[in-house]
Amino acid sequence: MFRFVLHRLALIVPTVFGLTVVAFGLVRLIPGDPVRVMAGIHGVSPERHAELMHQYGFDLPLWQQYLGFLNGLLHGDLGTSLITRSSVLSDFFSRFPATVELSLVALLLALFIGLPAGMIAAVKRGSLFDHAVMGAALTGYSMPIFWWGLLLIVFFSGYLGWTPVSGRMDAWFFIQPITGFMLMDTLLQGETDAFWSAVRHLVLPAVALATIPLAVIARQTRSAMLEVLGQDYVRTARAKGLAPWRVVGLHALRNALVPVITVTGLQVGLLFAGAILTETIFSWPGVGKWLVEAVYRRDYPSVQGGVLLVALMVMLVNLSVDLMYGLIDPRIRHRRS
Amino acid sequence: MRKSRILGAALVAALFLPLAAGAASKHLVFCSEGSPSGFNPQFYDDGTTFDASSRPLYNRLVEFKLGTTDFEPGLAESWDISDDGLTYTFHLRKGVKWQTTPWFKPTREFNADDVLYSFNRQWKKDHPWHQVGGGNYQYFAGMGFPKLLKAIEKLDDHTVRFELNAPNSAFLPDLAMDFASILSAEYAEQLMEAGTPEQMNHNPVGTGPFVFVNYQKDAIIRYKANPDYFVERPKIDNLVFAITPDASVRLQKTKAGECQVMSFPNPADLDTIKKDADIELMEQAGLNVGYLAMNVEREPFDNVKVRQALALAVDRKTIIDVIFNGYAEIASNPIPPSVLGYVKDLQDYDYDPERARELLAEAGYADGFETDLWAMPVARPYNPNARRMAQLILSDWEKIGVKTKIVSFEWGEYLKRVAAGEHQTAFLGWTGDNGDPDNFLYTLLGCDGVASGTNLARWCNDAFNELVTKAQRVSDRDERAELYHEAIRIFKEEAPWITLDHSTVFLPVRKSVKNYVMDPMGGHYFHAVDVD
Amino acid sequence: MSTLPVTALQEPQPPRALQAPPHPLREAWAYFAENRGALTGLLIIAALVLVALGADLLAPHGSNEQFRSALLQPPAWTSGGNWSFVLGTDPLGRDILSRIIYGSRYSLLIGMVVVVLATTVGTLLGLVAGYVGGLFESLIMRLMDILLAIPSLLLAIVVVAILGPGLTNAMLAIAVVYMPQFTRLARASVIAELQREYVTASRVAGAGPLRLMFVTILPNCLAPLIVQGALTFSNAILDAAALGFLGLGAQPPIPEWGTMLADARDYITSAWWAVTFPGLAILVTVLAVNIMGDGLRDAFDPAMRRS
Repeated sequence: MFRFVLHRLALIVPTVFGLTVVAFGLVRLIPGDPVRVMAGIHGVSPERHAELMHQYGFDLPLWQQYLGFLNGLLHGDLGTSLITRSSVLSDFFSRFPATVELSLVALLLALFIGLPAGMIAAVKRGSLFDHAVMGAALTGYSMPIFWWGLLLIVFFSGYLGWTPVSGRMDAWFFIQPITGFMLMDTLLQGETDAFWSAVRHLVLPAVALATIPLAVIARQTRSAMLEVLGQDYVRTARAKGLAPWRVVGLHALRNALVPVITVTGLQVGLLFAGAILTETIFSWPGVGKWLVEAVYRRDYPSVQGGVLLVALMVMLVNLSVDLMYGLIDPRIRHRRS
Repeated sequence: MRKSRILGAALVAALFLPLAAGAASKHLVFCSEGSPSGFNPQFYDDGTTFDASSRPLYNRLVEFKLGTTDFEPGLAESWDISDDGLTYTFHLRKGVKWQTTPWFKPTREFNADDVLYSFNRQWKKDHPWHQVGGGNYQYFAGMGFPKLLKAIEKLDDHTVRFELNAPNSAFLPDLAMDFASILSAEYAEQLMEAGTPEQMNHNPVGTGPFVFVNYQKDAIIRYKANPDYFVERPKIDNLVFAITPDASVRLQKTKAGECQVMSFPNPADLDTIKKDADIELMEQAGLNVGYLAMNVEREPFDNVKVRQALALAVDRKTIIDVIFNGYAEIASNPIPPSVLGYVKDLQDYDYDPERARELLAEAGYADGFETDLWAMPVARPYNPNARRMAQLILSDWEKIGVKTKIVSFEWGEYLKRVAAGEHQTAFLGWTGDNGDPDNFLYTLLGCDGVASGTNLARWCNDAFNELVTKAQRVSDRDERAELYHEAIRIFKEEAPWITLDHSTVFLPVRKSVKNYVMDPMGGHYFHAVDVD
Repeated sequence: MSTLPVTALQEPQPPRALQAPPHPLREAWAYFAENRGALTGLLIIAALVLVALGADLLAPHGSNEQFRSALLQPPAWTSGGNWSFVLGTDPLGRDILSRIIYGSRYSLLIGMVVVVLATTVGTLLGLVAGYVGGLFESLIMRLMDILLAIPSLLLAIVVVAILGPGLTNAMLAIAVVYMPQFTRLARASVIAELQREYVTASRVAGAGPLRLMFVTILPNCLAPLIVQGALTFSNAILDAAALGFLGLGAQPPIPEWGTMLADARDYITSAWWAVTFPGLAILVTVLAVNIMGDGLRDAFDPAMRRS
């Protein structure tokens, strides 16, 4: 077991190192002259341009700049944003809770609806429910998120007026940020009105973001359950006279969960991609929107740092899923990779 | 929708009642169009950042009279200008207090040290604060201050003298601009000692009407009134900026009463706003010009007939109707009508595709040619939708045989490439910084602008250049006007630009807001505003 | 019992039970055809292809014709509508139905180009990596892991930032994003197949590495690659639309559906048709491809299991 974990962790090190090279390389490939971009409408004289390039170290050979970047990384310094002039880490983490809150709620929604839907669809295979769920799931995953989000806004906020149109909370609530998660901070400070405001603001973006993971989880659960339900041990359990819910809920589900967990873990990367679009449409002040802006403004350090951090997190989640998978399924850890 | 409106209003009342302790406290929510890049205006050049930083938090030596491009004393009570126009002596106001905040308690009032700090930091490379934040002070450099300033001296605690290298009639209005905001030298010292100089950009301290409270990234900025503001304590107790990038969302919030003022409405929504009984649609002729620059360094735009032909081929009336919903005027001059030097009834290139074809044939391009047209991806006051405008022009030019390809890049990249002259034709525009014609003509069409990238047409005409350079140094208004008239006529003849529009700037304001005055340069100021 | 004269020595026919199994692709097609949903998907795609090819004939107007007197006309069946513009017009007075019809060309093109690029490059890399093994394989697979860890849209945006906005570059960027999946699949398949006896047999018979990779192994790896191809096709359309929506993909006046959505976003409350129909077009297309993809996966499944 230990060896399994160690082996997996050992693989991560070169990958992370490679990630720093890729993050740095990709960003530097972007044809952009950050000095000119910062100069904006006013332009910059050639001498000043050279001066600033030298100051920021952009005139050093690439490999040297990379080493500088790596050196900073090892000291926990991801660089300083060319725009806000503050550390990339602080820019990232001040916006990170918003994205996490949205993604987590979306994921939970996807699980709470997708898992049971998939299970029931599997048990009632071929029924109208099954077809309806699968049809809905297929549609959910074929939709462009940004269009879906816009439609949701037009209908629920515009036409019905039930939900607000953008942002995380109404402007007149002043909540001290403790965790950064609005739902928690408002409750921690006893502001129930603010809490409900946060909930109302969270609903539509979470629903829009949850659509694809929900569809994937529902489908995956159904197919995993179908496979498990066809197994001998399930037939045995049924033959033994166990109540159907016990068969399904305890025995079948536990085994079906394994691929579902894997798929759920893999959704993290997808959630982030979806978050970029959702945050743009709903003006959700998270990391996705920030990163895209940074790309537009050629804020190299922010893009480098941001890509690095996000990819790192995705890797960590994948690693955890991998490890968990190994824990649950003994066959995996003992198999030679 | 009504339900949430009532609920919203009730919540507002409920929340602010206990805070008020007797007097009803007033708050105003402004729906702004973007996040500020920081709170030290010296680093930036965009209106969004200035609205959140220099305008509520700071003051300058000289200030624009709200609603005009005239200037009046600010932190400087009065000034003396030497006869040769090279020396300006400012007498600073006494009794101006710095703001007290959780992160800074001032021990003294505003004095000359603050002025010296604010300017020297941007100017002197060896100043201990020059490098803090990167050392890039774009507006200071962009306005030519490094070359212009010869010396800044403190004569005593309340007198500062500026010496210039050349006379410049725009110097005073330049000092009213956002980059010239005065920062606290004492706060700077405190931060430097604590080893956290970058905090100046996050926890600002100014002399201005509002005190910074808190910034929730990309979401909300909060300010409260400065009780010691030297002009007059603002009537609004709590000022909130709700950052809402989408224009239709801003409108929805304003209609619902969640914001009382919003910036940059969609031209398509203007008619709806006019019909709303609770909202007043304020408007003002924008101090701006939108144009299509033709790069004279590239064929066939080096031929003046080609440029004139392309100008004649564009149906600007349709552009105004479609893009601006009718709310703009066709531009004939490269400067807006309110600016000194504007030529009334200037002979313009009115829509005439026949003549355009003729000219093109005369120039040797009877079969037309191919060109690119660079369009901005973002909305600007002078051009709310460049991509759509480009499609209209594409269609117009097709009719005279010119095939166009629309090119776009992200905003930062766009600016960089057009500054480098990669385009054949490109859209851009300009909103005046200080109301002075030099700010438009010298920057955008002068020869120096080619190297620095602000002259997109890369047009360097000696006669024009001489006229505008001379006008910089002349102080007599009428004389200046004459010089500019002549320059503009040359410009029109040579047609390096197709002058497109001067847009009207609109500001939806709820009727409960009183005394809001629109700034011709597009800034949003709340110190004189009151709310019912 | 033949009454024909025996003129030549006839090869005895092998008994039926020992006949070679049907080629995996043909078998898959048999399963596929049974699946009604998948067939429907295929039919819709076929219809789309026809629409795309016949756009000039089917579209009532040109895709860029601006009818300046008919700006933002609502769809024909609503009040204020007009049957010459069935689905209404956009802010520049262009017929939405015509633009959607021409737009199908771009969506199909995007799907095809991305799939072809991602499949060829990805499969090649995966095949070689799996075959050669060692450090080379490790390097390639680590690189793929890294690319896969970067969220797809973010990676696409960065690549487009490198190459510049535009339809071609958007396609390249999306191909880069989806290439690692193919590499992984190809490599996994190669490794699995390499253990098999038929490969050892071929090797022993003297087949060189190229022949082994492409002629012997590859055909047996096709199943998962084809299924992944269908999935990539639909994702490519969605991602290209997203890039178009962000202003980074197809540039106006190209009637790509995502770009059309971006253009009409301001009008979402006042002119819902300009936003709804392009989105619906995307939905229907992607749905059809996904249904077909599902059918393919099911069709290949028994075949995959069998081998």
